[in-house]
Amino acid sequence: MSTVVCPECEAEITLDAGTEAGEIIVCSDCGVDLEVISINPATVQLAPMEQEDWGE
Amino acid sequence: MQRRLKIGVLYSRVRVEEKWIFAAMERRGIDYERLDDRAISFDLENPEPWRAFDAVLERSISYTSGLYALRLLNSFGVPTVNTALVAEICGDKLTTSAMLAKANVPQPRNVVAFTPEAALEAIEAFGYPIVLKPVVGSWGRLLAKVNDRDAAEAVLEHKSTLGSVQHSVFYIQEFIKKPGRDIRAIVIGDRVLTAMYRKSEHWITNTARGGEGELCPITPEIEEMCLKATAAVGGGVLAVDLIEHTERGYLVNEINHTMEFHTMQPVSGIDIAGEIVEYVVASAKAGM
Repeated sequence: MSTVVCPECEAEITLDAGTEAGEIIVCSDCGVDLEVISINPATVQLAPMEQEDWGE
Repeated sequence: MQRRLKIGVLYSRVRVEEKWIFAAMERRGIDYERLDDRAISFDLENPEPWRAFDAVLERSISYTSGLYALRLLNSFGVPTVNTALVAEICGDKLTTSAMLAKANVPQPRNVVAFTPEAALEAIEAFGYPIVLKPVVGSWGRLLAKVNDRDAAEAVLEHKSTLGSVQHSVFYIQEFIKKPGRDIRAIVIGDRVLTAMYRKSEHWITNTARGGEGELCPITPEIEEMCLKATAAVGGGVLAVDLIEHTERGYLVNEINHTMEFHTMQPVSGIDIAGEIVEYVVASAKAGM
């Protein structure tokens, strides 16, 4: 099981099985949105801020 | 031997909907490529790499990126779901209203003005409360329910001073007292796949704003209204939002062209992602 470190609060986060690159996860400690950049190796970065034209 | 189809899926973030769509592609053994809209580029002199796709499903979170990508793909002759024209209409609430009005589809009353002064005059003539909506935007953001002249003056000034130039397209809509819910229906082609009540005590019932989902039976009236609405905007894979008016019946409020369905799929038990994939495959075959 892959783990990553939150770039905001340094908490250790375990990625669920089936997590995909491009997915947004939430740090369970500080609540920040993180984007999964790659699975192997497991890396995350702060997710981009919501833009005005984002939506469905 | 028949050539194998190649499908592109344009996306920005892998939300649960994209995971379900990718899984539906894989279950069907479809040759597909994930196209991250932050990583791709289009060379207008060299459309050939894009022509390798028999169809592209657009799932961008950014309306602007998605729309331009669709315009380019369509100009290259690549079939897309939805088409650029449908995205252009549905991504802009005012254009959607104009197309619904043209097709005589019942909707809330709308008035538009381009200066705060003209907007205030229009609102006063309309009567309170009204709703001011951004023409582009989603997830229930920046909607303002305006109850009196003081609030109207404040919101209009804020929009014209702080907003982008688009916020000076003052899109004024009658406020409709909903019965604590509205209806979202998923329409794929000429089929109303499923519908859901979105319940909320707040006047904004969007599930992105905390509204809860509950299955809504598709009555012949709902079906007819949804099909009329989607035909008015060009059809495809669409989500129609309906409001129940106590006297006027169902009114079409909005139509979304890259809808989320993380609440609808589990509530309905319908494989919406799979249905979308089937529609994309059919579009690809029709374009071959």
